[in-house]
Amino acid sequence: MENSLTVAAISTPVGSGGISIIRISGENAFTIIKKIFVPKHTKDISEAKSHTIHFGIIADEGKTIDEVLVSVMKKPNTYTKEDIVEINCHGGIIPTQRVLDAVLKYGADLAEPGEFTKRAFLNGRLDLSQAESVIDLITAKTDLSRQSAVNQLEGSLSHKISALKNSVADLLSHIEVNIDYPEYDIEQLSIDTIETTVIQINTEIKSLLTTSDTGKIIREGISTAIVGKPNVGKSSLLNALIGEQRAIVTDIPGTTRDLIEEYVNLHGIPLKLVDTAGIRETEDVVEKIGVDLSRRAIDSAELILFILDNSSPISDEDISILERIKDKKHIIILNKSDLPEAIDFSILGDSINNVPIIKLSITQNTGLDDLEKTIKKIFMSGEIDVNNEVILTNVRHKNALNKAEESLSNVLTSIKLLHTQELLAIDLQNAYRYLGEITGESVSEDIIHSIFSRFCLGK
Amino acid sequence: MPYIADEVDVIVVGAGHAGCEAALATARLGHSTILFAINLDSVAMMACNPSIGGTSKGHLVRELDALGGEMGKNIDKTYLQIKMLNTSKGPAVHSLRAQADKKRYSEEMTKIVTNTPNLKLKQGEVVQILSENSKVTGVRTATDSIYKAKCIILATGTYLKSICITGDYTVNSGPCGLQSANYLTDSLIDLGIEIYRFKTGTPCRIDKNTIDFSKIDMHPGDEKVIPFSFENYGKVISREQLPCHLTYTNANTHKVILDNLNRSPLYNGSIAGVGPRYCPSIETKLVRFQDKERHQIFLEPEGENSNEIYVQGMSSSLPEDVQIDMLRTVSGLENCEVTRIGYAIEYDCINPTQLKLSLELKNVEGLFTAGQINGSSGYEEAAAQGIIAGINAAMKIENKDPLILDRSDAYIGVLIDDLVTKGTEEPYRMMTSRAEYRLLLRQDNADMRLLEKGHDVGLIPEDRYQRFLHKKQVIAQEVDRLETTHVGTKPEIQDFLKANNSVELVSGITLSSLIRRPELTYEMLALIDKERPDLTEDIVDQINIFFKYEGYVQKQKEQVDHFKKLERKLLSIEIDYSKIPSLRTEAIQKLNEIKPTSVGQASRISGVSPADISVLLIYLEQVKRMAKQ
Repeated sequence: MENSLTVAAISTPVGSGGISIIRISGENAFTIIKKIFVPKHTKDISEAKSHTIHFGIIADEGKTIDEVLVSVMKKPNTYTKEDIVEINCHGGIIPTQRVLDAVLKYGADLAEPGEFTKRAFLNGRLDLSQAESVIDLITAKTDLSRQSAVNQLEGSLSHKISALKNSVADLLSHIEVNIDYPEYDIEQLSIDTIETTVIQINTEIKSLLTTSDTGKIIREGISTAIVGKPNVGKSSLLNALIGEQRAIVTDIPGTTRDLIEEYVNLHGIPLKLVDTAGIRETEDVVEKIGVDLSRRAIDSAELILFILDNSSPISDEDISILERIKDKKHIIILNKSDLPEAIDFSILGDSINNVPIIKLSITQNTGLDDLEKTIKKIFMSGEIDVNNEVILTNVRHKNALNKAEESLSNVLTSIKLLHTQELLAIDLQNAYRYLGEITGESVSEDIIHSIFSRFCLGK
Repeated sequence: MPYIADEVDVIVVGAGHAGCEAALATARLGHSTILFAINLDSVAMMACNPSIGGTSKGHLVRELDALGGEMGKNIDKTYLQIKMLNTSKGPAVHSLRAQADKKRYSEEMTKIVTNTPNLKLKQGEVVQILSENSKVTGVRTATDSIYKAKCIILATGTYLKSICITGDYTVNSGPCGLQSANYLTDSLIDLGIEIYRFKTGTPCRIDKNTIDFSKIDMHPGDEKVIPFSFENYGKVISREQLPCHLTYTNANTHKVILDNLNRSPLYNGSIAGVGPRYCPSIETKLVRFQDKERHQIFLEPEGENSNEIYVQGMSSSLPEDVQIDMLRTVSGLENCEVTRIGYAIEYDCINPTQLKLSLELKNVEGLFTAGQINGSSGYEEAAAQGIIAGINAAMKIENKDPLILDRSDAYIGVLIDDLVTKGTEEPYRMMTSRAEYRLLLRQDNADMRLLEKGHDVGLIPEDRYQRFLHKKQVIAQEVDRLETTHVGTKPEIQDFLKANNSVELVSGITLSSLIRRPELTYEMLALIDKERPDLTEDIVDQINIFFKYEGYVQKQKEQVDHFKKLERKLLSIEIDYSKIPSLRTEAIQKLNEIKPTSVGQASRISGVSPADISVLLIYLEQVKRMAKQ
């Protein structure tokens, strides 16, 4: 076999179907599934006949994650010519991600883009004529994912992880300088300092990990544009959803000229909210820029929240906006529901059949719950296409954090066993590498550089 | 008029630490060799610090010894002081360091070189590499004599177009006032070789009789002397040792230096070469680390019959008067007399990414380079490359595969792979932190790792090889005995454990399990293990390490297995990477420049991404299947 590592990935588009498939390929595929799958009828999943499917639950440490169907396929008659297990779970973003998390936790590595096909080819499954297309697949996907992996790190999170990484680097370079320059008058790093620092770093990683489930770690959420004519309450809705005053809210139409992006989490569903400038024909140059940006935001959005004013009739402007968004998944929001109703939907005809309509009043704080529930329903039912990369990035980051945490715990165990510092350095280096994977920096020369910049050495 | 002076298999240019090892290797492997030195009184000269070994460098010397090199034996003959460093840490980073009697080191090496069959030592300046169709044919010296050869090994150290600088005084000279080599660089450029300009420096030497030793700390050597060479294990090599001393700079010293910074060639722009981060001059240290109140100064003896003391920590290119003033501010050195002034030296070297891992130039067949010409620094780094270049020149002549040590074999492998694959922008110094598999690459097991290879190549004589096989067998037998010998809960065992603060037994256990306990060692167990064989100390060390670090060692071995997978996927030097679809432009450029020999090496080139590596793997599979069809 060309690859000894066992890899896993979500092999269906996330969110767009009722079912997601998580595929595991490699020599440990059966060992891993055995650890997380509780079959209903089958005795031992790793002993099951090849090419059979089994019902049961995926559980981690006794906690049920999802009800699933598991297919087992033994080598060599599989796509990759390796042992393959496929977990069919519910299609929502959250269960899919949790199942994949569990698979990674018990020993699989996250597959690189195009990895299954690459293995299929390297193991002789695909014929020679397909080589070029395999290469194209790998390069196209990889460039995209590396780029997005780094881009998707939220600014503050990136800072936090960089800071953790720097603390590990400081420890490491100090250990290394003590080893490589034993006779220099550089303070010997004490085991106590290492222990305290590692505990501190690990506590922070753990707290990052607990919030990662609710999506804080994802920068990109479902791209959601808030649209509507000027002064209909777009910024107010944004503020209500994020729970604080960010966008400038005034009574003057056209106040919002830049796009404002905010990341929120509605019951575990990550949204990237974009507040657009009101769309209308305008002569004001500054506002025109804002309007152009809004149009682009609509084109790239996956979900649109279209706000209408309950207290005034539907205008031409409203109709032209609706025309613009009709091919996008959208929700109509009737704001100012506390004011007398003056709106009449009949002029819109059939175009709003099947479109959910939510009545709310932002100033009175009513109806927001309904909106959140509706968004969740649409999302869970898989009506929105979510960029697969977003989910994978999140899994990748979380996985790296988990491994960093594990490496640091090993450091603490080694300290208890009275191991010397060059041994502690091994796990510290691993932790450093995993953190570096998240921030997307290469780490090879880092430590040596850090040694020479921090310590005064010389002949 | 040029004339043909001689014809041999190998010519080695430069008789420093790299050149001597290279020439000894080729001659010992049966190939007629000429070793050129610009001055015959400077064979294996220590132009800078009078010491061999230290962290990671000590490892290199041990590895060199296991391959059949000379440096370890030579320092065992000529040391003034020996110390095992890092003994408070684990065995992987223990490092042997010796102060050397500089003159005797050179004399002893000269004796070996001049008494080795097939080896002629000659004084002369090589000015030109002769070649036909990018293949070397010989060299021409300054006196117009032509020496024909199949392979040429350049070990020119810091002599190529070297300039020494002290303040505004600049002289075209090699180290220690020796003549520089001013023509060879141009010949290399004509061969299409890319040249770098590097810089290093040395501190001044002072007269021992003018130091007030009563004011400063003495640092003696170890009472128990451990030899560098595995050949000297069990032999008595101890002798009376000379101490080193430690003193410090102070505020006055710093004032003298900072007041005169405008006279420093480093800071007024007259030095252009790239200096190493890890050995900055004292003026650089003060500028970069302004908060540090004092800097260490180690005073190291240069020889038993020499009054000169090397002032480690005060490397400088400040003007002579400033250097003297600054030294005299230091405690113990108030009345010191300077015998030789410190200087910076600039020299030409090559961009090492032009080399194959065998240390042969990719574009000039039969031309090898070793040591500082490859951008490294340090005697040990030089010697390590020297033996590899020597072995591989011999292998080339014999039409055999070159000896390539990889990163999991040896520090030598890390050193050469780093230079050749990543290149260097400053003189490269070995450090233990550069080795990924540090726990496996220990100084204590260099023979276990490499002696077999040295024997295969032909540099380890049969009797030494047999002794090695015996040692290996004894270790294996003893490990086996300890793993299968059980001790029970007898009172004498429990008493022993109690006395050593170790948990008492609840049931029977193997001796090996007891050794694994942090508080116990193989030696301590002698009390309850009466049947044990009489073993030498080096074997006892191996056994302790085997059991105590088993877990970590096992983990690193798994990593090595993983690493080896990509190392075994070979890439031909003929591949034109621009013809492989989908590689990114940067990767194509780097791969075509470095021409890696394996996918593993390719993956370490900066600018080659994991996706590029996948593309290479698929390309290789494609080629393999097409060959089958």
